[in-house]
Amino acid sequence: MSRYLLRRLLLSVPVLLGISVVLFSILALAPGDPFGELALNPNIPPEVRLNLRKQFGLDDPLGLRYLRWLSAMLGGDWGYSFVSRIPVQMLIRQRLPTTLFVLGSAYVMALLIALPVGLLSAVKPYSVFDQIATTLAFVGYSLPTFFTGLLFILVFSISLGWLPFIYSSTIEATGIAWVVEHLRQGAMPIAVLGLFEAASLTRFVRASMLEVIPQDFITTARAKGLPERRIVLKHALRNALIPVVTVMALQIPTIFTGAVITEQIFRVPGIGSLLIASIESTDTPVVMAITFVYATLVILFNLIADVVYGFLDPRITYG
Amino acid sequence: MARPQSLGRNVWRRFCRHRLALLGLLVLLALTLGTLFGPLVYQRKINDIDFAAALQGPGLAHPLGTDDMGQDLLARILYGGRVSIAVGLTSMLIAVLLGTLVGAVAGYCGGSMDHVLMRLTDLFISLPQLPLLLLVVYLFRDAMRRLFTPELGSFLLIVLVIGGLRWMQPARLVRAAFLSLKQQEFVEAAVALGTPPLRLAVRHLLPNALSPVIVAASLGVGSAILTESSLSFLGLGFPPDMPTWGRLLFEAKDYLDTAPHWALFPGTMIFLVVLSINYVGDGLRDALDARKVL
Repeated sequence: MSRYLLRRLLLSVPVLLGISVVLFSILALAPGDPFGELALNPNIPPEVRLNLRKQFGLDDPLGLRYLRWLSAMLGGDWGYSFVSRIPVQMLIRQRLPTTLFVLGSAYVMALLIALPVGLLSAVKPYSVFDQIATTLAFVGYSLPTFFTGLLFILVFSISLGWLPFIYSSTIEATGIAWVVEHLRQGAMPIAVLGLFEAASLTRFVRASMLEVIPQDFITTARAKGLPERRIVLKHALRNALIPVVTVMALQIPTIFTGAVITEQIFRVPGIGSLLIASIESTDTPVVMAITFVYATLVILFNLIADVVYGFLDPRITYG
Repeated sequence: MARPQSLGRNVWRRFCRHRLALLGLLVLLALTLGTLFGPLVYQRKINDIDFAAALQGPGLAHPLGTDDMGQDLLARILYGGRVSIAVGLTSMLIAVLLGTLVGAVAGYCGGSMDHVLMRLTDLFISLPQLPLLLLVVYLFRDAMRRLFTPELGSFLLIVLVIGGLRWMQPARLVRAAFLSLKQQEFVEAAVALGTPPLRLAVRHLLPNALSPVIVAASLGVGSAILTESSLSFLGLGFPPDMPTWGRLLFEAKDYLDTAPHWALFPGTMIFLVVLSINYVGDGLRDALDARKVL
């Protein structure tokens, strides 16, 4: 197991390097000069500007600049935010837990909906339940998160007044009240993300189950007289989940899109809303770092998917 | 003997069996024609400011109401539809052309070329799309607007970036099709007849590899429209004087309590277009799959 993990881990190194090359090339190709503002400032003599450029190595060859940037990123030195004047990594450390909390809860919710619904749909295809579920999944999959988010605010905050529509990071209450408040304010962002994800997952679970059920080993299990419940849950579902896990891993970049938008709508203080705020205030170090964090998260989730994959399918050896 | 059926007619007949896909196609046609010719019939300007009529709900003077500056929403939605649909179609065209090229080269050449191109595809698939889109738009926005006109610059930038991040699926599909087609006898026959490589790829392999690409492309238009709307919704797509549907939602989101219609109409338009496109894509998938008997 640990050797399998190590190999997957080593395989993700070139991907991470590739992503860092893409990121760095975008930054290097971008027009504009990081010292552009200094050039416009008449109080700074040109010699000082040239010295600064030299000091920061801006005139060095691209390859050298890339290596220096990469080693700084890997060493945890992500520079200072132009706006809040604190190290970028501190800023991200404050925000990341909230993002992971919302994303994780949304994923759990999506699985809790998609697995039973997809399963029941596939067991009785073209039944009334299946037709309703498939239609809802199709509609839910076509509803953009920014629109569902606004609809949720309109219904649950403005019309009904049940839930707060702004996420607050400083909740005064303690104990049970604190938990309740957190759930209340997290409910809408998590539901928006979770329902969207559930809609597309349901479609995959159903399709995958429908491929597995006609296979011979299921017929064999039936012939052995196993109870239907056991056949579906132990024999069919486990095999049907293998492609679903692959799809889930491939979809992670899409989920981050939804996460950035939901954080922005509900003002969740995560890295997504920090990204938008940093873009608006042209805070380049923070923008670069957050994009890098998202890329790392994509790779991390892919690794987790690989592990789950190996767990579901014993034919994949851990050798 | 049955009358011979042309491929197109056959696909169309199968497509019509899928009722919802047909409905989706009709809705899509109506919306496209509406945004194209609507402004000719409904000749109100998109930027006529009238503070006396600000934030009005739907009524006789303004069929879909007005925004916070009294600008007519129907006119803005019609205009926004043109931009959104144009972005969707153009960026998908770019993605499909790029993807087909990469996939065809990888599948045709095979070997180390194939290996390198497929690793590149994998790399692009694991890129975080939206953060990267935001980063590129953020870094290149001003330069593109200066290089062209503000409108054209934004349009080109957004279309190029969306297309540049969406070519991976068509590339994989074309490659897979090329790899399996290369083994078939008609290709062997064409090679034996001395068909030059380029002609072989374009005339013999490509047409046979297109069905899955058509399905992916039709679904891709929807996701490109969604991406553009997301960008605009975050305030980073088109400039404020180009009211795309996402941009309208961005402006409307702070007035949800007083003027919900402002957000509801453009949001519904995005939803309708994407839903119809998804149904059409579903129908095409059924219709183009020759193995499926309908």
